Amino acid sequence: MAEQDRAAPYRIEGETGAWEVVIGLEVHAQVISKSKLFSGAATTFGAEPNTQVSLVDAAMPGMLPVINRECVDQAVRTGLALEAKVNEVSVFDRKNYFYADLPQGYQISQYQQPIVGEGVVHLDLPDGSVKEVGIERLHLEQDAGKSLHDQHPTKSYIDLNRSGVALMEIVSKPDLRSPEETAAYIKKLRSILRYIGTCDGNMQEGSMRCDVNVSVRKPGDGYGTRCEIKNVNSIRFVQQAIEYEARRQIEILEAGGSIDQETRLFDANRGETRSMRSKEEAHDYRYFPDPDLLPLKLDPARIAELKAALPELPDVKKARFMRDYGLSLYDASSLIEERATADWYEAVVTGGGGKRDPKIAANWTISELFGALNKAGLDLADSPVSAEALGGLIDLIGDGTISGRIAKDVFAEMFATGKDAAAIVEEKGLRQVSDTGEIEAIVDAVLAENQDKVAEYRSGKDKLFGFFVGQTMKRSGGKANPGMVNDLLKAKLAG
Amino acid sequence: MPGLFDLDLVAARDALRAREITSTELTAAYLARIEATAGLNAYITVTADRAMAMAAASDARLAKGEGAALEGLPVAIKDLFCTEGVLTTAASRILDGFKPTYESTVTANLWRAGAVMLGKTNMDEFAMGSSSGTSYYGPAVNPWRGAQDAGTPLVPGGSSGGSAAAVAGWAALAATGTDTGGSIRQPASFTGIVGLKPSYGRCSRWGIVAFASSLDQAGPMTRTVRDAAVMLSAMAGHDPKDSTSAAEALPDLEASLEAGVKGLRIGVPAEYRVDGMPSEIEEIWARGIAWLRDAGAEIVDISLPHTRYALPTYYIVAPAEASSNLARYDGVRYGLRVEGENLSAMYANTRGAGFGAEVQRRVLIGTYVLSAGYYDAYYRKAQRVRALIRRDFDEAFGRVDAILAPTAPSDAFAVGANEDDPVKMYLNDVFTVPASLAGLPGMSVPAGLSARGLPLGLQVLGRMFDEPMVLRVGRAIEKAAAFTARPAMLEGV
Repeated sequence: MAEQDRAAPYRIEGETGAWEVVIGLEVHAQVISKSKLFSGAATTFGAEPNTQVSLVDAAMPGMLPVINRECVDQAVRTGLALEAKVNEVSVFDRKNYFYADLPQGYQISQYQQPIVGEGVVHLDLPDGSVKEVGIERLHLEQDAGKSLHDQHPTKSYIDLNRSGVALMEIVSKPDLRSPEETAAYIKKLRSILRYIGTCDGNMQEGSMRCDVNVSVRKPGDGYGTRCEIKNVNSIRFVQQAIEYEARRQIEILEAGGSIDQETRLFDANRGETRSMRSKEEAHDYRYFPDPDLLPLKLDPARIAELKAALPELPDVKKARFMRDYGLSLYDASSLIEERATADWYEAVVTGGGGKRDPKIAANWTISELFGALNKAGLDLADSPVSAEALGGLIDLIGDGTISGRIAKDVFAEMFATGKDAAAIVEEKGLRQVSDTGEIEAIVDAVLAENQDKVAEYRSGKDKLFGFFVGQTMKRSGGKANPGMVNDLLKAKLAG
Repeated sequence: MPGLFDLDLVAARDALRAREITSTELTAAYLARIEATAGLNAYITVTADRAMAMAAASDARLAKGEGAALEGLPVAIKDLFCTEGVLTTAASRILDGFKPTYESTVTANLWRAGAVMLGKTNMDEFAMGSSSGTSYYGPAVNPWRGAQDAGTPLVPGGSSGGSAAAVAGWAALAATGTDTGGSIRQPASFTGIVGLKPSYGRCSRWGIVAFASSLDQAGPMTRTVRDAAVMLSAMAGHDPKDSTSAAEALPDLEASLEAGVKGLRIGVPAEYRVDGMPSEIEEIWARGIAWLRDAGAEIVDISLPHTRYALPTYYIVAPAEASSNLARYDGVRYGLRVEGENLSAMYANTRGAGFGAEVQRRVLIGTYVLSAGYYDAYYRKAQRVRALIRRDFDEAFGRVDAILAPTAPSDAFAVGANEDDPVKMYLNDVFTVPASLAGLPGMSVPAGLSARGLPLGLQVLGRMFDEPMVLRVGRAIEKAAAFTARPAMLEGV
């Protein structure tokens, strides 16, 4: 079939043949908001323990939750960006369990009526095809506090700063089929969340965490029994965990065993998953609607308002970059992953009176700038070269002031010093030589010095042309206009 | 010249404004009464110093001709309301030593209105009970005694029994209560005072220790219907800190108090005639019906067909919510902690020692009805029945302006009675829980004495947010009943 021709699906070879891996993700994304989901306490990461805790977050007697509308708006924005159905009525439920960092003894979450229903995320696969990953739902819930087990030999300390911070749990359908697809999904989701400013996607700080559901099956069979791997906190670990878990399940199944539905932990040090609790040990969360909160009702006008205010999303921007700037899928994709990068690139292209070649701008941004930033370990925000400055460099190439080769040296200097291109070119006398007489003199000198090679060339050794170009450029200190060098050499060698 | 204790809330308010008395002397007199009635165990905490300081401040304002609605009036607060810097226990050991850093909205409203805090009153632990006998601080006692059996202490009802005993025993001019399934109305009936449970949402629940969030509602416990109107006016109001607080503006509760019942249609629900109901309850109800008819009301027989399911529904919904609301008492952050070898053991030890038997029973029931496999059969079904009960009332209130029913199925029983029989105890709520489940306002008004010489109340129920109608009909009952009987202990006070 055509589809199989295009790309070989990911399979794990077992003793009994090929296995397909089925993956679904629950992503917990911390909502960007000034205050918590149901209290006015601040949400800044890294504050001193227990300094961002309101009476509500500490579950003092008689305290009541009041929904933070900003968090609701953020969830709606996210739902809209995931092309999902936003539910005008949703319900907050209590998920009951005891733990020291859960002061209320329940987490306020959404169970049967989430704020956002089914949506979709589009993934660009390496073979150029687009895969749709279904979103099952998105709901709002409270985060728990943190237990600190390393502060005292026998006691655990509790930090409630995170207690009550708003999370969006974004649940995918079991549509993912490989570790790579899963990585692409997380990156794409993170990109969308960052575009709309609803989550910073920082997995190290825990503002984005993944629970990974993995099962295996023989291609064409129904779904197998899944295991849920809790709280994996990097994309690399997610991939490792999937691979390990899939192989573990295959081994069991091929040995004639069966998979127990259970919750597992990923041990990053050993690269393996291990059982946390079985289905029998699973908590009975005793969900019921939180009687302290009325059903959450959304005004359709507010939803429309939020929709209208959404920024251009990655997929749309990518299509526009390809269409309007003639970029390849690869270039467009790498430019749009982060909104700031895309904005930076567009500032280069649209600056300078709109005369800059978008493809050249893309090449410079992706190969030179990204390369240099990567090497220096810097973010775009800290780039010593501004969009305007890079535009200036491109303009100097465009109008023939410097050659592309010289431009690379100029760029390195710009990156090191933060100076603009024109100043460096002037300072170092790098202006391209386009004076016919000056170039002709150099060409003549080169030809005079290499009469034997000239003879060889004229007797048919065409390949020597490059040698003459190189010698001429070298003698000009790289400044000679390459086009003119070419033309003059051709004319003179033709004799 | 009548004595200080002859003044009800409104009369004392007027006397204070007329500068005939001072808040300092009124407050001192009530503090002395609290000491004299210590045997009632009505208070868990008496805040004498604070009371005198508040009284002095009120006197200073009154002297300048200032003063808010309740300026200088000494009141008692059920120990379910969090009061800043004052021990707040919910009558439970688990809140041992807990002094909130915050003031509940309702009490803050009262202090803003100038009221003086006498102290925190005894109650059933976490408001779970109908006798005020489940308190960790020992049972509260009714000021009333049976005519033939004056030696037997009686319960003041519950859960707001301490507040009821304080008001009935003149150890407070008025008090706050909370009512989840009858906890204001039943003790009011048992102690011969007025108890008003407002519509759900009228009073903010912020800062009130939660029992069952969808039912809990604060209200006044007073000597007269007018006092109740005055107290509630100060307590109620929209509170953005409580998402279930009603946005509806509170009407002038005194405006139509004396309007009478002429032309009103009063419903009498057939289903409140329950099997085994003592004849004297039936009789006092019939008397109430006659009073209203004589005053010009039209008596309408109505049906509330799902009434018989109200009690079982209540005893699923309330424990379910309570089981979750009480999860926060885990020994980690405040109150009692009993150490254990690990976290689970600490929880078990703390909650085992901190909660009394009735609270544990309800937490267990609540946990059970919410658990996987039972949720549909119990909690979900109870919610459906609750909706039907609400619909019964909606339909009835399409035909009538108010409903008249007994408050409780008996007069006050002996301290210690019913304790080994939870279901019998729960039956005390049979007439009060339907309105709680529907969120409707209800008021108990003293109507007469039982054969044992104990008070019996009648209950007036109204439409959602129609407290003025409840008060108006209640006032008509109060006038007709002319209930002037007092507990023997007040003789000579």
